[in-house]
Amino acid sequence: MRITCPLCGDRDSREFSIRGHETYLDRPAPDAGEAAWDNYLHLRDNPAGETAELWYHGAGCAAWLRVRRNTLTHEVLKVDLVRDLTGGDHAD
Amino acid sequence: MRYSGLQVLAQGLMGNRGWKPVWRDPEPKPAYDIVIIGGGGHGLATAYYLAREHGLGNIAVLEKGYLGGGNVGRNTTIVRANYNLPGNSEFYSHSLKLWEGLEADLNYNVMHSQRGVINLFHSDGQRDAYARRGNAMINQGDDAILLDREGCRRMLPYLDYDQTRFPIYGGLYHPRGGTARHDAVAWGYARAADQRGVDLIQQCEVTGIDIAGGKVTGVQTTRGAIRAAKVAIVVAGRSGQVAAMAGLRLPIESHILQAFVTEGLKPCIDHVVTYGMGHFYISQSDKGGLVFGGDLDFYASYAARGNLPMAEHVMEAGLTLMPMIGKARVLRSWGGIMDMTPDGSPIIDKTHVDGLYIDCGWCYGGFKAVPGSGFSFAHLIATDRHHDPAARFRLDRFRRGVLLDEEGTGSQHNLH
Ligand SMILES: Cc1cc2nc3c(=O)[nH]c(=O)nc-3n(C[C@H](O)[C@H](O)[C@H](O)COP(=O)(O)OP(=O)(O)OC[C@H]3O[C@@H](n4cnc5c(N)ncnc54)[C@H](O)[C@@H]3O)c2cc1C
Ligand SMILES: [Zn+2]
Repeated sequence: MRITCPLCGDRDSREFSIRGHETYLDRPAPDAGEAAWDNYLHLRDNPAGETAELWYHGAGCAAWLRVRRNTLTHEVLKVDLVRDLTGGDHAD
Repeated sequence: MRYSGLQVLAQGLMGNRGWKPVWRDPEPKPAYDIVIIGGGGHGLATAYYLAREHGLGNIAVLEKGYLGGGNVGRNTTIVRANYNLPGNSEFYSHSLKLWEGLEADLNYNVMHSQRGVINLFHSDGQRDAYARRGNAMINQGDDAILLDREGCRRMLPYLDYDQTRFPIYGGLYHPRGGTARHDAVAWGYARAADQRGVDLIQQCEVTGIDIAGGKVTGVQTTRGAIRAAKVAIVVAGRSGQVAAMAGLRLPIESHILQAFVTEGLKPCIDHVVTYGMGHFYISQSDKGGLVFGGDLDFYASYAARGNLPMAEHVMEAGLTLMPMIGKARVLRSWGGIMDMTPDGSPIIDKTHVDGLYIDCGWCYGGFKAVPGSGFSFAHLIATDRHHDPAARFRLDRFRRGVLLDEEGTGSQHNLH
């Protein structure tokens, strides 16, 4: 599997580490309650097909990326900088 | 037909023409008391114990492919009871006891071999952690022996003891741990369930779960609708999709786990050995192949095949530990879809739908759990009460924050 980083270009997936589903971008407020935290930490749609995840380009530009991927074929569909999606906040 | 030494002899003398198909291939009936979705190890064991322990007979197991074609036929067959946490300890201890009587119980040779599992450690901290785990195992009534470096050298002379990067300090030896023949476990349970009247229906994919007034009424399948008073979901890596048919969202992400086997060699590795400093564990099959594996590929996947980085890491770790295997040629590699929970422990529970039960989240450790899970899940389905050894495998423990995080790695699906 190769991932095209918007800053560094097409790279070996070993340069990246995965954090998990993009749910991690929606961190609930500390007092948001059990259901919100359960959703954030545990529950997943777990799609067989297209998904979106957070990856970190540790051996490259050190940017957080949102990678759209197909879990059936391992095809990488689209890669965005998390910075561009959240207006500057990083993953956590 | 009952299997025995005499039977083998008699059949041999008669040209082996008397062997019959081992289970029936029935058409699905319009209705059953209990429908089990998934004909893997856990589904088949559940059907068997429902019949044997609870005297229930009107049961179908629906399998979308063929029996044993899922993870039960893809794993590296390690059977052990070396868990640490209350909740896991008693469950795997019970499961190992069932393994020890399994062949006589099923009248089937599952090639259960208690050759011993040795978990190597490579630092003082790791030794302390394993000493603690060993004590937890002994408290549970199981067996554990802490080996020092010389103890390891006597049992595993082929390891590289001169390596300075991750020196071998010793190992936690679990003599009753070992391996079993994975296919035989599926076949043995299938045959025994069939003999007790369970319908095993293959090539039958469940496509919907029927619910009326908050109660399950049956399933939709590629071979038509089937009514049922109780429905049990036991589909391992596909748990998310099947649970979604009942409007249920699970604390599960499906990940890929790879394994490898070499050409057949003369016996050289007598135990199951795990490396404490890289993702690598190994045993030798009765055919002589070295069977080994490592960790997840770490990203969600339904592809049933992995990528090269983890393959490379596993080979590197293996060669660091036991350079002698470098001469062996790898014949095959494959992957299985693992139902990973955020704490690495499984789920055996009821759901929000009356009559709908779920058994899932076995991560990469569900083969050893086949007898225990089948036994406890059957108990839950038949009596609507949790079976003691599995009483903590609750679906709502995540929301309640009562995790069973055996490895202490935190609440993330790919870290267990
Ligand atoms: C490479 C690898 C190594 C492993 N090593 C070990 C090990 O050493 N020790 C250990 O304890 N565990 C190990 N495991 C884990 C173990 O194999 C699994 O946890 C366990 O087999 C899962 O339970 P099962 O046998 O019921 O699953 P499966 O055999 O996968 O059964 C699930 C079944 O459900 C069926 N199904 C899915 N969807 C539907 C549907 N809609 N309708 C009908 N049927 C459906 C599937 O076709 C499948 O046959 C390993 C796994 C892998 C992949
Ligand atoms: Zn980059």
